[in-house]
Amino acid sequence: MSQAVVDVPPKGGFSFDLCRRNEMLSGKGIQPPSFRKTGTTIVGLIFKDGVILGADTRATEGPIVCDKNCEKIHYMAPNIYCCGAGTAADTEAVTDMVSSQLQLHCYHTGRVSRVVTALTLLKSHLFSYQGYVSAALVLGGVDVTGPHLHTIYPHGSTDTLPFATMGSGSLAAMAVFESKYREGLTREEGIELVCEAICSGIFNDLGSGSNVDVCVITKGHKEYLRNYQMPNPRTYVSSKGYTFAKGLTGFRFLLSHEDGCISISRCSWCLVKRF
Amino acid sequence: MSIFEYNGSALIAMVGKNCFAIASDRRLGVQLQTIATDFQRIYKIHDKLYIGLSGLATDAQTLYQRLFFRHKLYQLREERDMKPETFANLVSAILYEKRFGPYFCQPVIAGLGDDDKPFICTMDSIGAKELAKDFVVAGTASESLYGACESMYKPDMEPEELFETVSQALLSSMDRDCLSGWGGHVFVITPTEVIERTLKGRMD
Repeated sequence: MSQAVVDVPPKGGFSFDLCRRNEMLSGKGIQPPSFRKTGTTIVGLIFKDGVILGADTRATEGPIVCDKNCEKIHYMAPNIYCCGAGTAADTEAVTDMVSSQLQLHCYHTGRVSRVVTALTLLKSHLFSYQGYVSAALVLGGVDVTGPHLHTIYPHGSTDTLPFATMGSGSLAAMAVFESKYREGLTREEGIELVCEAICSGIFNDLGSGSNVDVCVITKGHKEYLRNYQMPNPRTYVSSKGYTFAKGLTGFRFLLSHEDGCISISRCSWCLVKRF
Repeated sequence: MSIFEYNGSALIAMVGKNCFAIASDRRLGVQLQTIATDFQRIYKIHDKLYIGLSGLATDAQTLYQRLFFRHKLYQLREERDMKPETFANLVSAILYEKRFGPYFCQPVIAGLGDDDKPFICTMDSIGAKELAKDFVVAGTASESLYGACESMYKPDMEPEELFETVSQALLSSMDRDCLSGWGGHVFVITPTEVIERTLKGRMD
């Protein structure tokens, strides 16, 4: 970029152009920014006919909630979904990238994607960045070999499990799973258990909150239940709301563009009347 | 001191009925000294797409220049304007490309998409998109802005009411932040017109 006269689209991958400048800044005592995390509760379990994934919907920026209803269950393939915890940009980018690679692989082989393919693509990418791409994932899907559930850690290690939890609320959710999970759950029992585990994370972990998203994957069929449960509605809403009369806020001049023609009219400037 | 607090900024975008508003403060500072009181943070990409950039001012200007260039290339190739959703993806990709040496910028993107449906979104400095249906905020005053918008926002506001709400939220939050202020710049965009207004606030 520094050499090129023209900003041509790069060939792909990360660009380290600004690293030297950023290091110089942190050497002068300026703290680097904090990234949006998803401080999360994500879970998955295998039931009789397939896999159920669950996630909360809170995204945080330090101690502030920046998104009350974000989506943490990412699409990978028609039969594979992945929940992501950790740095939000990393989980989104990694799942998008592997989803595209899976689709290309699918066209190349002419077969439905397998969960282990997604697993290997994800773990090799994360390992090659030695944990700097901070994405902790719960990957689940059903393919020709049956239902599969895996967890992937930011450094690239994986586990294959019948039930799994990740994120800051993982301990709260795992407590529920360890006491109530059994093999051969029905669909309704499985969804109820997943919701209970996520709610346990939502109410007991400060990094998780808002609503419960559930995704049920069975052989040849998937159901993405967005906002399946909303246990945190806004209470005490003032029915009137705040109404500001027109003209309350004084402004300097008015620039109005209407269908291409611009008219400038100078209004009498007045002190701002504040609410 | 965080890098985002070097220049100071306040940005807000809010959705109304078939319209949207995007507003910013006007101060440019170097830590606690004010350098300019008419700094532009909101840029027009095309008639129905605006981007506001908060954070380090030099990165904001560089990023805007790169994005405007990419949009002009897109216009030449596709012979049409970029949709807001597409533009948001472009910004996210450009920011994530610099994942390990990022631009110290938080963009706020607002535009009218297909059928003039309003679209707003914000990102952190490495491109994690947050699509909201009501409002998005960014900048050093973001914590106050979250609180102000959360209480003042109502769905389906007409352009005039939207302007009042956005202005009050912005002015209230800037009052509680040392690093942003010196007035406001508010754009209200509907399918047929763009209204740009400057607010006078506290000059401290």
